[in-house]
Amino acid sequence: MLPSKQRLFQERPAYFSKTMFLLCASGDLVKVFSTSTEECVHVLEGHTGQVTGVILNPTNHLQVYSCSADGTIRLWDFIDGILIKIFVCGWPIFSIYTQVSKSVFVSPENFQLVALHLPKVPEQEVEAREMSAVLCNISSNPGSTAMGRGGEYVASVMGRQLTVYFFKKLKTYRFSLKATDKKGAKNAFTCVACHPKDDCIATGHEDGKIRLWRNFNQKKEYTYSTQHWHHDAVGTLCFTTEGMHLLSGGVESVLVQWHCEEVNKKDFLPRLGGAISHICVSPDGQMYSTSHLDNKINIIHCSLKLSAVIQGLVKGNIWTDLMIDPRTRALVMNGRPGHLQFYSLQQDKQLYSLDIVQQEYINQEGLDQFEVMRAAFSVGGTWLATVEERGRCTSDLESSLKLWVYNEKAQSFELNTTITAAHQDRIMHMCFSPSTETTMLVTTAWDNQFKVWLLGLDSDTQKEHASWSCDYVGSYHGLQPTNCCFSSDGSLLAVSFKEVVTIWSSDTWELLTTLCQPPGPIRELCFGRLSCSKYLLGTTAKNLFCWNLLTCSLEWSTPMDVCLLRSDPLSENVVAFSLHSGNTDLFVFRPSEPRPLFTQKAVCGGKVQRCVFSPREEPLDSCDERFQWLNRSRLYFLTELMVPLLVDDSVAVTPFYLLLGKHRQQQEEKQNSGVSQAADRVQPPQASVAIKELLHTPAHVLPAASFLCSMFVNSLLISNTGKGKEPAEQVEESEKEEDDSEEEMETHDYEQEVRTQGSVEEAPPLLSKAEEKELRRVRKTDFSWVTNLASS
Amino acid sequence: MGEFNVHRVRFFDYMPSAIRALAFQPQRERIAVARTDGTVEIFNRADCFFQEKVIPGRQQAATEALAWVGDRLFSAGLNGEIIEYDLDNNKTKYTIDAYGGPIWSITSNKQGTHLAVGCEDGTVKLFEVHEDRIQFERNLAKQKGRIISLSWHPSGSKIVAGMMDVIHIFDTETGQSVQRLLVDRGVGTSRSQECVVWSVVYLSDGTIISGDSAGKVKMWDSRTGTLIKSHQVTKWDVLTLSVSQDETSLAVGTSEGHVVQFQFLSMVLGQEDKEWVRTRTFKNHTHDVRAVLEVNTAIVSGGMDTQFVVRPLLDKIDERGQASALRNIQFPHRRLVSCARKAGLLLFQYPGHLELWRYYSNGEEHICCSAVSPCGGWIAYSTVASFRLYRLHCENNNVSIIKVSKLPKVLSSANQICFSSDSSHLFVASTLLIFYLPSSSQGSGQAINLLAASEDGKWLASANSDHEVQIYNLNKMKPHCTVPVHSSGVSAMAIHPTTNNLFMVHADQQLTEYSVEKKQYTDWSRQVQRHGLHSLWLERDTPVTNVTFNPKNPAHIVLHDMYMFCIIDQTLPLPDQRSQFYNQLTLRSMPEKERKKHSHAFKMCKIFKELLFVELMEDQSLVVVERPLMDITAQLPAPVRQKKFAT
Repeated sequence: MLPSKQRLFQERPAYFSKTMFLLCASGDLVKVFSTSTEECVHVLEGHTGQVTGVILNPTNHLQVYSCSADGTIRLWDFIDGILIKIFVCGWPIFSIYTQVSKSVFVSPENFQLVALHLPKVPEQEVEAREMSAVLCNISSNPGSTAMGRGGEYVASVMGRQLTVYFFKKLKTYRFSLKATDKKGAKNAFTCVACHPKDDCIATGHEDGKIRLWRNFNQKKEYTYSTQHWHHDAVGTLCFTTEGMHLLSGGVESVLVQWHCEEVNKKDFLPRLGGAISHICVSPDGQMYSTSHLDNKINIIHCSLKLSAVIQGLVKGNIWTDLMIDPRTRALVMNGRPGHLQFYSLQQDKQLYSLDIVQQEYINQEGLDQFEVMRAAFSVGGTWLATVEERGRCTSDLESSLKLWVYNEKAQSFELNTTITAAHQDRIMHMCFSPSTETTMLVTTAWDNQFKVWLLGLDSDTQKEHASWSCDYVGSYHGLQPTNCCFSSDGSLLAVSFKEVVTIWSSDTWELLTTLCQPPGPIRELCFGRLSCSKYLLGTTAKNLFCWNLLTCSLEWSTPMDVCLLRSDPLSENVVAFSLHSGNTDLFVFRPSEPRPLFTQKAVCGGKVQRCVFSPREEPLDSCDERFQWLNRSRLYFLTELMVPLLVDDSVAVTPFYLLLGKHRQQQEEKQNSGVSQAADRVQPPQASVAIKELLHTPAHVLPAASFLCSMFVNSLLISNTGKGKEPAEQVEESEKEEDDSEEEMETHDYEQEVRTQGSVEEAPPLLSKAEEKELRRVRKTDFSWVTNLASS
Repeated sequence: MGEFNVHRVRFFDYMPSAIRALAFQPQRERIAVARTDGTVEIFNRADCFFQEKVIPGRQQAATEALAWVGDRLFSAGLNGEIIEYDLDNNKTKYTIDAYGGPIWSITSNKQGTHLAVGCEDGTVKLFEVHEDRIQFERNLAKQKGRIISLSWHPSGSKIVAGMMDVIHIFDTETGQSVQRLLVDRGVGTSRSQECVVWSVVYLSDGTIISGDSAGKVKMWDSRTGTLIKSHQVTKWDVLTLSVSQDETSLAVGTSEGHVVQFQFLSMVLGQEDKEWVRTRTFKNHTHDVRAVLEVNTAIVSGGMDTQFVVRPLLDKIDERGQASALRNIQFPHRRLVSCARKAGLLLFQYPGHLELWRYYSNGEEHICCSAVSPCGGWIAYSTVASFRLYRLHCENNNVSIIKVSKLPKVLSSANQICFSSDSSHLFVASTLLIFYLPSSSQGSGQAINLLAASEDGKWLASANSDHEVQIYNLNKMKPHCTVPVHSSGVSAMAIHPTTNNLFMVHADQQLTEYSVEKKQYTDWSRQVQRHGLHSLWLERDTPVTNVTFNPKNPAHIVLHDMYMFCIIDQTLPLPDQRSQFYNQLTLRSMPEKERKKHSHAFKMCKIFKELLFVELMEDQSLVVVERPLMDITAQLPAPVRQKKFAT
């Protein structure tokens, strides 16, 4: 078992083919999206490293080249999702450019642009080693190199220098800009694009200027015009297919369309999402697409109307816990600035984004803007509580607690109550009471208080409108509360104040007891579930404690540095992550016993920041005991690098598993797993070859289904052959004891024979034991006399 | 170098007037500048854009346009007159009325045979250019509305006229309008306003380029009368256009104060099809750019903000140096202040009056030069038409002025006035050099623009705009010698009080010292020539306008330009190319012994604002007349409103 990286991010630029499909690199895959339905149509898999570039084959627009850090270039038919060719280059490739007439240009690791000759041989896997250097010292950013009109030249920018190389004349021209002028402009280049029809190069600069270069085949008499709209660095540039417009984008997340004829005229499409990292135009010029740093692709009609959005898991700062929306089972976390995203892990797409802050986000660095810091769902998912804050760095903190109610009609959350400055200081933790009778929220904050909020009908105003108000304010010796947690029935509330855990009755708000287990302040607090609900778990920097609340005493404790503790809501299991020498170890245990159910050392590198149990749609019936804890839920966790990981079991071998051929998963696991882990894994049965054959044979040549069915079932029984042998051996041993065992043995064999035959033809009517004996005797009897009789 | 008491003078409210027109004479590389007060200035492009001549204007002169015909310069204005200038004597040669109401434009054909003027009454009048005069030839077909702009086709057979809402093409043979191009009005509120075609250019390939008040630069095909391309350059007006000699580059001046360059480029490299493409934008002006010129290696522009800006086109210049520097000429390259050293009086010369402590008024003609005698007892000034001399009595704050009558007839007007050091002599120069009190005169070809008298009253040096420097012996009343002609004009000169060496500063920042008695360059001057000057000195873009000497230390020479004043110590070694030029601060931090090794002849001082005049008085105090540019800008009318980012 291994955590597998979810390929949620469209990391690389998107490219159009016609207007129907959009291709984009995502991890080691190339995804093909439909531009009309936003659905992922195909996944081109095969690369073993990060895919770094995707580009349409200029000679055949149904094919696409992809390059990867694994040192191969692959040619695909993306309509059917078939791999056509593999060109092995040998070096990690960072970007790829093509030219109609000749070979492919790639920039390999040592920052060189080389022309790679792709040999035309029928084999699928070809070594492509014939290459010639074109430019050296180019930037690793794919946007800083572009092919010119008809592939006659290539333009590349690096630092403050623009280099243009003409292929025919084999001549290089270099143009440098001064570091700064009097006004302190930052002249460094950021990106480049070439006009498709004219000899015009557009370059983007760090200070937001765009320069249009002409006459660049002259050392001195070159000329450029400067346009300035972007207030920050130009992220990307792209000319439209006909060259009528120049598109540019940057941090402002505004798509700017410049008119090439009328340089002063420009059109804008604002509020597209995160910073624009790449723009591309469909070959017929009808569609533009913008890729954003927050893992989003917008598909825009050329009249600057947004036509489709492909939104992955929004990458950004994550302050909230990972949560599962009980209704949609979507993963909920920080999304766009000031939003919560609801991300369906099953469908791998964003369901919707809830605007919490409800203020325009300004795309500028260094501004202090409202951010969603905490969020919590009530048990049924009817209520959502959020905390937004501003001014964390400065002393004047502004925060507000918002409570959202789910509106069945509108199918979304609506704001019910806003409590500004709910606490004097930052709200650290909050949780809803799981009890069904009352809707209750507890917040703990740095102002040494915890507050209980209750939904109540306001008698003064309309009766129907229920709003939230503070019910109780609790504190303990002026200590700072850190965590709070309700017991599974909602009757007890545990609040940790530094080293002390206080238990409160949620009915009377009476301090029932305190638990203290020094040294060190309590980090995490968590009640056991289901049968273990009498246990309360707590962690400090050094220990993991388990208290029994019935006896109010420590049940057990173990010295370990737990950085994250979560309980599975559907089982008794509790997962603990512990950082150990740079790697995080995973432990699964039940509070009732201090022995872990499952341990995985070094589940990932770095510290695990967040984790969540996501309930499965259908519980699995895993035969492997080690993974039974994952039967009802999946575990997702986030590391420091904000890489979402999924702890996935190798699912039980079901016929569907074989039929659907989840070989990808197996392959991945093979690649990812170390030697030791490979041994752990349950090996899938070998019978899949027969199934494969079965599935690949055309239907009209296949025998009747009734015939096949039994064969298929037979093939499933193969796994039982080992077990089947065991009783046979037992029988053998027993036979030695008995005298007439030989006969028995034969009967057994016969029986088996019959059974195997049975699958091919009609089984003969079964005989009783006496009849069998009789039959055998008949067989053993010498019938030679009959022949003699016949011959005589 | 010593310390001085500094009199900082800021009450000289010198206000230059706005530039209205520019014209380039390519053969002699002269640029004529017309200002709104009627002044015409001649700059020499070859000589670091040195202001060679100034022809003072008049009160009512509203010059609208300038035109060169060969070496002759013509101007026309809203007073309806055409003026030809006498460039030798720096004055108007003659004036003729065009009888067509106010004149908006004047232009000559390439052949130099005709002048065309565009008048308020809708006529284009052709004038034939004769040897000494111009002669009205005929009117082209009269149109409704005024003729704002004119341009000849290089062949001279056609002329294009920009009017209100329309452009007409005339055949000069028949005088008939052959094409009529309608110009779109602006959008929005400007829809109701007529579109003024401020400027037109007729190219040899038949393309007409127009700039109009809707902010558009339009390219037309004159044969078919169709619009080829339209560029929206600004939201405001496009005021002026200028095409380069080879017709590959076009400069456009706008109301926003921007100069936009268009270039005639092939869209696909190596192919013949070319298009006009907007390339660079220069933002050197704060106000309307009223005139722009494409001069081979630079774009020259001037406008309401009174600056004369030379923006070099770096792609046409091979090496870094004088020509590649951006020039911004704000102050005249001559003295407007004269100082009575002994009496401690300052005389400020305004266009309309002189100021000496108190306001002193003149008539309607502009003053071209003025001087106050060192003893403070005399003031002399000259307008284009007359010369005046006043006796001045200053007693206990009571100033009385008595006009000296009965001046000799020969003193009709002057270009330069100079008093001798003992105030016994007045030297007046036009083309003739006149010594007055006692009077005598001497002739020369070109107008004299600088005079310098020696302290002992024996010598007088004069420099004219042909770069010639003559030295006269005043005792013998005849020319003494001629200084070898330097390639660059003299911007300031003075005769040393003790050694009688003539110290000259040229427009290209070269320094020469000429021994009057020995009739040869001094050793120091030869050393400067051999050694070469520091590149930082040579790269300064304003000429030195005054030279004085320190009476206490004869080795010290005090110079100043617009941004700095400098004391040259002739006893110290010249700076090396590698050595630090502005080294005062470093020297101060060094111990006494080290200082000697590192110090060099040039002591620069930049602590003052823009300088008009620096003079060292008898009592070792320094008089500094400052005119901060901020004060000038503050007096300008408000520029067009522009949306600035983040405001």
